[in-house]
Amino acid sequence: MKMKRGEVIVLLVLAVGSVLAYLGKINGWHSGFMFPKWLSITIVSLTFLSMVWMLVRTIQGKLVERRIVFLYVGIAVALPLLMELPQKIIVSDIVRAVYTELEALQPGSKVLVSFDYDPASAPELQPMAEAFIAECFERDLTVIMMGLWPQGPQQAAMAVDSAMKRMGYTDQDKVYGVDYVNLGYQAGNEFVIQRMGSSFQSMFKTDFLGTPYEDIPLVKNVKNFSNINFSFNLSSGFPGTVEWVQVAVDRYGLRMGAGNTAVQAPTIYPYVRSKQVLGLLGGMNGGAEFETVTGLPGKAIGFMLPQSFAHLIVIGFIIIGNVAFFREGRKSRLKG
Amino acid sequence: MRREIPLLITAIAGVVFVVQYFIPHSPFNHLDGWFSDWFSIVQACAIVLGSLNLLMISSQKIARKKEGWGYAVVIIVSFFLITIIGFAGGEEFRDVGTGFDWLYNYTYVPLSSTMYAILAFFVASASYRAFRARNAEATLLLLAAFFVMLGRVPIGDLLTMWMPEGFRMSNLATWIMDFPQTAGQRAIMIGIALGLVSTSLRVILGIERSHLGGE
Repeated sequence: MKMKRGEVIVLLVLAVGSVLAYLGKINGWHSGFMFPKWLSITIVSLTFLSMVWMLVRTIQGKLVERRIVFLYVGIAVALPLLMELPQKIIVSDIVRAVYTELEALQPGSKVLVSFDYDPASAPELQPMAEAFIAECFERDLTVIMMGLWPQGPQQAAMAVDSAMKRMGYTDQDKVYGVDYVNLGYQAGNEFVIQRMGSSFQSMFKTDFLGTPYEDIPLVKNVKNFSNINFSFNLSSGFPGTVEWVQVAVDRYGLRMGAGNTAVQAPTIYPYVRSKQVLGLLGGMNGGAEFETVTGLPGKAIGFMLPQSFAHLIVIGFIIIGNVAFFREGRKSRLKG
Repeated sequence: MRREIPLLITAIAGVVFVVQYFIPHSPFNHLDGWFSDWFSIVQACAIVLGSLNLLMISSQKIARKKEGWGYAVVIIVSFFLITIIGFAGGEEFRDVGTGFDWLYNYTYVPLSSTMYAILAFFVASASYRAFRARNAEATLLLLAAFFVMLGRVPIGDLLTMWMPEGFRMSNLATWIMDFPQTAGQRAIMIGIALGLVSTSLRVILGIERSHLGGE
């Protein structure tokens, strides 16, 4: 396993950068730092002009190297995090539907949230989870959390922690076991959902912290899905929203909304159209729309600027790639 | 008997699950609960087996000094590190501030997110090299991708704000997602469902035996 000197240097720089980022996070070094508006506009303009220049070079027959594409994607996702440019987020009907469902619930209603994802999908789904939990707390709804993925309950704990901080709640304002509970992970995929249809307790003998189910005030009267007023599934694959629809919604009539990664969201659209899923937050954009409609701005809105730029950069490179393709095609036709 | 018993278990479990869906009454509802519990138990055991298998394969890789054996060392060290720290934390190992919690928040979460984030670079690079308007179908796909990618971010509407309400980029993206995309998804879902039914029948009847291994 021989490594080139360049690779070692890159690894060392990354390691030092990671340590600095960690120290910065725990000491709050970078909190509040943003580019001034003129610098943001200059960076965006220069990036755009350089893309035009690459297009001209491509027309002249000089192809863009792969590492240049990587560099531009890196710039597009990293630098906008430090920019404050205005952006208008329009709330779509399928996102508003989730909000409307929450709006219709009486204070004290029970909301079941299943965290069916792992940290790999957290950048997309965690902002949604935090916004959803914050909105439930804001409306005095009680939240029962669980996970069909082993890392789900850990993500749930992080989401609650973040939502509490965002809303300024303390442990006395929202009491664990009374206002919210984390039932933890249970192996068994869709069979867990199926068993929950007859008995939650059969699948969750204790909660995430080891408290017996019957000793938790919030769930001691919750037998099955008939005691749940609304459910929200955060999912990035299998088992996830599709399994919840097929078992809990179709069989037990659970009212459900979903939050999915942008890659998975298109597969859920047929269920939204058939009203099996009452509302859908798709990808980072769905999270940002939900934060907008609830009036509780969070991470998702902040991440929309990098996403906008990344999409523009990808579109730009697709155009450049196609120009190169047609140029090559014309050249070979002329030769032929 | 090594093949007949698993085949019999598969057939009985399969038939019970099918029947209890249509007749959710005794004895099928009890059998359904019983089999579901067993499924959870088997899956929990499979997680342990999977971990052991990963350890075994990684150890063999190191012992034989196969290509990339350094990564196997990282796997084994990480595996034992997180297991030992988890056990050392006792019953409260997942509480905020424990070693396990620290490892989860500051190593596992950022590393997993990084792996996923790398996709953005590969998607961009692959789109640049392969997403070509070679024919009418590819051009249609390309245009749909353009509209959805722009319509799903605020900048799309900013670029088309001169258009009348209802014809902006987000409206176009929503239309593509709601109609052509959903229609395509439905067709795929129906196809998958039919395939699943036929494969399941083959498994229950013992015609399909690949899940038993060997053949």
